[in-house]
Amino acid sequence: MAVKTVKIGLEVHCQLTSLKSKLFCSCPTDYRGKPPNTNICPVCMGEPGTLPVLNKEALRSAIMIALALHSDISRFTYFTRKNYFYPDMAKNFQISQYDGVGGAPLAKGGYVVLNNGKTVRIRRIQLEEDPARLIYEGSIDTAPSALVDYNRHGIALVEIVTEPDMSSPEEARLFLQKLRSILEHLGVFDGELEGAMRCDANISLEGGVRVEIKNISSYKEVERALMFEITRQSNLLSRGIKIARETRFWDERRRITVSLRTKETEEDYRYFPEPDLPPIVLTDEFLDDVKRKLPMLPDERRRVFVEKYGVSEQNADVLVSDKALADFFEKCLKHYDKAQELSSLLVGDFLAQLHSLNMSIRDVKVSPSQIAKLLKLLDDKVLTGLSAKTVLREMIATGEDPESIIQKKELHRISSRDMLTELVDQVFTMNPKAVEDALVNEKAIHFLVGQVMRMTRGKADPTLVREIVEEKLGKIEPNRVG
Amino acid sequence: MRPLYNSAERIASAVENGEISAIELLDEIFERIKAVEPKINAFITLAEDKAYEKAKDIDQRVRKGLKVGRLAGVVVAVKDNICVKNVETTCGSKILKGYFPSYNATVIEKLDMEDAVIIGKTNMDEFAMGSTTEFSAYKTTRNPYDLERVPGGSSGGSAAAVASGEALLALGSDTGGSIRCPAAFCGVVGLKPTYGLVSRYGLIAYANSLEQIGPIARNVRDCALSLSVIAGYDPRDSTSLTVQPKDYLEDLNATYDLKGVRVGIIKEFLAEGVQESVASKVLDTIYSLEELDASIGEISLESLEYALAAYYVIAMSEASSNLARYDGLRYGLRVSDQGLNWGRAYAKNRRLGFGEEVKRRIILGTFALSAGYYEAYYLKALKVRTLVLMDFQRAFKEFDVLAGPSMPTVAFKIGEKMEDPLELYMCDVNTVPANLAGLPAISIPCGLSEGLPVGLQLIAPPMEESRLFKVSHSCESLGKWSFTLKP
Repeated sequence: MAVKTVKIGLEVHCQLTSLKSKLFCSCPTDYRGKPPNTNICPVCMGEPGTLPVLNKEALRSAIMIALALHSDISRFTYFTRKNYFYPDMAKNFQISQYDGVGGAPLAKGGYVVLNNGKTVRIRRIQLEEDPARLIYEGSIDTAPSALVDYNRHGIALVEIVTEPDMSSPEEARLFLQKLRSILEHLGVFDGELEGAMRCDANISLEGGVRVEIKNISSYKEVERALMFEITRQSNLLSRGIKIARETRFWDERRRITVSLRTKETEEDYRYFPEPDLPPIVLTDEFLDDVKRKLPMLPDERRRVFVEKYGVSEQNADVLVSDKALADFFEKCLKHYDKAQELSSLLVGDFLAQLHSLNMSIRDVKVSPSQIAKLLKLLDDKVLTGLSAKTVLREMIATGEDPESIIQKKELHRISSRDMLTELVDQVFTMNPKAVEDALVNEKAIHFLVGQVMRMTRGKADPTLVREIVEEKLGKIEPNRVG
Repeated sequence: MRPLYNSAERIASAVENGEISAIELLDEIFERIKAVEPKINAFITLAEDKAYEKAKDIDQRVRKGLKVGRLAGVVVAVKDNICVKNVETTCGSKILKGYFPSYNATVIEKLDMEDAVIIGKTNMDEFAMGSTTEFSAYKTTRNPYDLERVPGGSSGGSAAAVASGEALLALGSDTGGSIRCPAAFCGVVGLKPTYGLVSRYGLIAYANSLEQIGPIARNVRDCALSLSVIAGYDPRDSTSLTVQPKDYLEDLNATYDLKGVRVGIIKEFLAEGVQESVASKVLDTIYSLEELDASIGEISLESLEYALAAYYVIAMSEASSNLARYDGLRYGLRVSDQGLNWGRAYAKNRRLGFGEEVKRRIILGTFALSAGYYEAYYLKALKVRTLVLMDFQRAFKEFDVLAGPSMPTVAFKIGEKMEDPLELYMCDVNTVPANLAGLPAISIPCGLSEGLPVGLQLIAPPMEESRLFKVSHSCESLGKWSFTLKP
């Protein structure tokens, strides 16, 4: 099957998780884990007679985002009602913004540069209220009914719409990762919270039509969903079947997309200005003030890491793609000044151990000074690189000091020549075939060294072991032909 | 004292100084209600227990010599589209049957703080859509002056309650004349305040950009006193104006000198369709202000020709969206929806819950906002709205207040105009301009025509309620009208 040209555009919804209250009422934002329909009030439930009042901090946060994405902020903007009947909206309309007749979004244009160097253009940025959560027992197309939980309803959302500039599922993931890092650097967003970033994707394959995929819950899912969709559409196209212009739903559990509705025509949302909220006029002074107070963003931070600290570009990319990781790096740097070595440990073994422990950087128990201690122990050759992985894993999980772990697990590096010579002798006796091979094959030497490392559970000084092995091989080598 | 024959202002001071107790007053009122309510049908819900509880509390404080509010003991009727906590609030609609708000409207809090006694919720056209109160899903309110006639609407219950002495004051809401129309038909004073002067928090929306809560009273001073209580900035209503509270009674002294006040008669308000007897009563009253040295002139506001059409487009558009929330899922009526998916259940609930006029306006409003029609209807209506506003601004360079009949006719027979919605919409022709422009407007009784009250409407620039009260009060002083209990 020939690979087709793919165009992907994203519509990303990010909750402004740092706010204290919802977008138009005073309900708190920490709805996660609360019993259903307890984080509500007459206003967010759209009770008759209630009126929305804009959370000014939400506006400020949205403006910060627009500035960080190089977007053009409207000096005059207002909220718009998007009318549609659906149980996820208590009022059966959403207070949103709109870039057509009857609307004036907060910002238009802008761009994000991905870690692979590609520029993805932003179409518009707007502020709106989060719908309620519909809970299906089982899956969406088999559940006999849906339950509605309004706890989330009315949380401030920023909608960021891109141009269809991404050409692979991987780029879609890179975009979301970069966006997440920018938002986290702004201090307006915590991507670790479940459902804080959700997106819809538009995808079209060469020779096909645009298909919208809804309900993508994270940057990990976006890649999966788009991969599935590319396969599905390619299959149809290769069999000469026309692709329907439709909206599909990503079923995370079954990892497939299912058809929600076909789009014969555009839905008519009857947008019109929200009469209960006066238009917003943004002054230059206000915008300048927000701009002045913008914190350092990932691109600038990467430059600092590379130019000031001497971190490799590759490592810097990984560090700044997660604000918490970059912060952790800088904290460690206060205790340990070899920035490149430190960064390599963090983006390498540290992340790998986190991953295998299924932990987030936010849950690690280890402190920056402990990481610095570990690096110093390595520098002082107190333990081997292999043992360091074991120690690191333990440190992350328990927060224990590296020294005490080394003590407890007896992980001190073995550098006694006598002891190691004895072990090498044992290995030679047990593996005569390998010894024979080693005389002519470099790889077999690795094997012999590896056996010693195994016997010492990685504690042996590998350089010394190799030296002894080679010495010993030299002694039985006189017959070897040049 | 005979409380039923006194003004709210007088009653409040009588309660405060112990001349009469709030309980005695309430007993009198309930006696009156027992006598006339079967004929009038002003109320959908009476909140007797709540009212007595409040009255008892006031009397206790009076006895202890503690301070009581400016409306101490004054019995107030509240239109059924204003939320009173834990009192059924239906908006005159079946779809809100069984809805007990979990909160008080801001105006209710303010009334309560000044020790008013809320007695019940008054009948109205369903969701305030109508000019006769005949579109209520519950009952037909009758005009206290002639029980065969409509009280006007949509705040018909509130105006009838004040006219018949079932309450001393009432709150109504005015989206396109819904306070001024019934005030005119029932011979009482009704004010639509400047848009944003009174908080809309707790007013169940019909058309948000047009409507205001306002008082209905026996006379101008009571009306001014009520406005002093309910007006003021409310952080819960983003369209509320940031103004300091004001005592509107202060400006109403006993001398009625209108020297330098220029009153402009709006020619369009006297156009075809206005009953001759209504026009002559209104003009008589306006010209009699010359006795107090006011100068009278005439002015034409050409954009008013399009005002009614623009008003209905805007009001219906907003309504189509505002009323979308009534789907039966969270509150109010929930019809049996066994075996229906959510969409069908919503549709059934709305089909059975809304009346014909409400459905008509939802459908028209939905149409006007639809893609392809939006520019032709909604946007054009907004442009007309701007023109109307500009015409008024121009007029206020020449005149201090503008005047004309509130309604083109006196109250008509029940059922007389139910067949033709357009004819009914035409009744609002003189009242909607003030809503489009957000201006304060008052209707005061100025005489009888064939035994039925005629209303004079006065309109002032934004925030000039004091000016309206001053001129209205002067009209009253000419002695052409004084309040009498009916029936």
